[in-house]
Amino acid sequence: MDYTPFALDLETLPGAVPVRRAVVNSDKLRSVCTAVHQAGGVLHALWGCDERDRKSGYTLRVALQDAAGLLLLELQMNAAQPCFPTLADIFPAADRMQRATHDLLGLRAQEGDTRPWLRHGSWPADRFPLRRDYAGGGPPAAPQEGYPFVRVTGDGVHEIAVGPVHAGTIEPGHFRFSVVGEKVLRLEERLGYAHKGIEKRFETQPLMQGQRLAARVSGDSAVAFSWAYCMALEGLCGVVPPPRALWLRALCLERERIANHLGDLGALGNDAGFAVGLAQFSRLKEDWLRANQQAFGARYLMDALAPGGIRCDLDEANRRALIENLPPLVAEISTLHEIYDDHAGLQDRFTATGCVPPALARKLGLIGLAGRASGQSWDLRCDHAYAPYDKLAVRMQGGLQGDVAARVAVRFEETLESLRLCQLLLENLPGGELQLSLPPPTGRLGVGWIEGWRGPVLIALEPGEDGLIRRCHPHDPSWQNWPVIEHAVIGNIVPDFPLINKSFNLSYSGHDL
Amino acid sequence: MLRTLKQITRIGIISEPVPLTATERGERDALQEKIRRIYGRALCIRHVDAGSCNGCELEIHALNNPYYNLEGQGIKFVASPRHADLLLVTGPVSRHMQDALRRTYEATPEPKWIIALGDCGCNGGLFGCSYASAGAVSDVIPVDVTVPGCPPTPGAILSGILTVLNTPRAASVQESFHQG
Repeated sequence: MDYTPFALDLETLPGAVPVRRAVVNSDKLRSVCTAVHQAGGVLHALWGCDERDRKSGYTLRVALQDAAGLLLLELQMNAAQPCFPTLADIFPAADRMQRATHDLLGLRAQEGDTRPWLRHGSWPADRFPLRRDYAGGGPPAAPQEGYPFVRVTGDGVHEIAVGPVHAGTIEPGHFRFSVVGEKVLRLEERLGYAHKGIEKRFETQPLMQGQRLAARVSGDSAVAFSWAYCMALEGLCGVVPPPRALWLRALCLERERIANHLGDLGALGNDAGFAVGLAQFSRLKEDWLRANQQAFGARYLMDALAPGGIRCDLDEANRRALIENLPPLVAEISTLHEIYDDHAGLQDRFTATGCVPPALARKLGLIGLAGRASGQSWDLRCDHAYAPYDKLAVRMQGGLQGDVAARVAVRFEETLESLRLCQLLLENLPGGELQLSLPPPTGRLGVGWIEGWRGPVLIALEPGEDGLIRRCHPHDPSWQNWPVIEHAVIGNIVPDFPLINKSFNLSYSGHDL
Repeated sequence: MLRTLKQITRIGIISEPVPLTATERGERDALQEKIRRIYGRALCIRHVDAGSCNGCELEIHALNNPYYNLEGQGIKFVASPRHADLLLVTGPVSRHMQDALRRTYEATPEPKWIIALGDCGCNGGLFGCSYASAGAVSDVIPVDVTVPGCPPTPGAILSGILTVLNTPRAASVQESFHQG
């Protein structure tokens, strides 16, 4: 897209993915966002930074995706009155990000919802943990403040409150349903229960070890987040990791994607009353994790990546073993795919349930796997193929129906595509070094951007002067997708909520930070 | 339907024996006897995510796959703390989950056991203690057994569950906890 009319002073950040940065004023922030939205672009992330120690007040950063890559807009605000124009009317997904920016940093959007989002009452409303002068420590937890849910009134309307402790083995969150009989009129989510101060914690971590905390932003996306962190840091230091390391990273990332998809496909069968599906897929997932253990020494690759490369190598025997495992798994998945497709009861529950049509998906900014099932064709591995994906010609999967069935279908297709990628990665694995040492960073802002299994994850990283991290903002695609579930369940029946929720399978931890 | 049945028979039963040494097997049998004596037949577990990164949850899910045959040991996960004998708590405990965790603990009938699962549940892990994180589970409710790991493997979780009942309980872990 052409930014000439806006006279933006675009600076290209060094790194593996295309990122341009521009400083804007309030008016230009809104007009560029509007133009990007009209050109088909999406909002990725919105966060703030305390720059008062550098005598420049506060900075709001807005990351947009257009056809050319990531566009990072920066708005500077004075320290006395840090506020910015709302973007929620252009990108609805901005709403909660703006509220979180207020909770954590005290930067206020001039219009829109002013209810707290990540703050429940564990710190006072006039204290902001991400400010540099926040006197940290552990204050005693205050009582939880009440939260004004939107009330639905009318004959026969009642509320069902669920969570934060749920019936199943899932993460904490609260759902408030307004229903008539079984039918859902409205769902309002209340998240933030898993907020554990990750961004503040980053500021105590050594720059060269931050990938460990990044991997634990959302444990199911450990490889995606730790790769994004390493990518951001390597951009800051001007280092490109050796080819073998990049190929092994991609192998780890695709194995993470497959493990999650196998788990979800089983759980989705189970949530629709087909326990055989869970038994079969959880068996395949266990085999897959045991192969990880055999090849890499860990079932989950929490600490496989390191700045400059990778910590785990793959010897020849294990490389061969992993290749040999692939064709039987492809056959198993194809068999189970037929069983799922042929099962009338299963298809009855999947089809037309939790529907997000493409136009609604586009309006709300649905992204990642769920977005692709609703016609939103974004996949960083194809759009801006960073190494080694530039050599793999990833085939993007997707659909237009936007229902649970479509999200199941995309998982099946993506699993098979990732198995094909694993084959390519294993067969053509380059030799050579595993890790380069990094010189001190020369840049001031690095960005890592990786297509995780759920969607694109982003890390924006600023080095401090003492070998520590100055600021690190991790962004999970769950931010954009959680609000969409509120729309997806409208008109569905309450018993279908677990199925719809699982078909998105969003992260609470990755969102709550 | 035929295809489903064919798949079930082709795969067959894949449950593995619990990997135990002779001593451990003796202990396990004694434990099962203890479970039987106290709870009739079943040990019911309620999982509480008090703020984890969701890594531990993945391995709790794995523990429920056919390889581990959990229900064959008389152990199952239940939907309410009121049905539970044991709370399996992952952490760190976020300050926003402190109340919910305490209430879940109070809703669990006596006698009850608590396992703190994963490095973060044991000691706060990488997240430590902060304005938002209360750290270890044992700082919020009394804990009988800790199972470290990031995340702990299903085998480690199972072994933690099997040993928790055998842990000599200080006359009252809870009393000493509440007295600080």
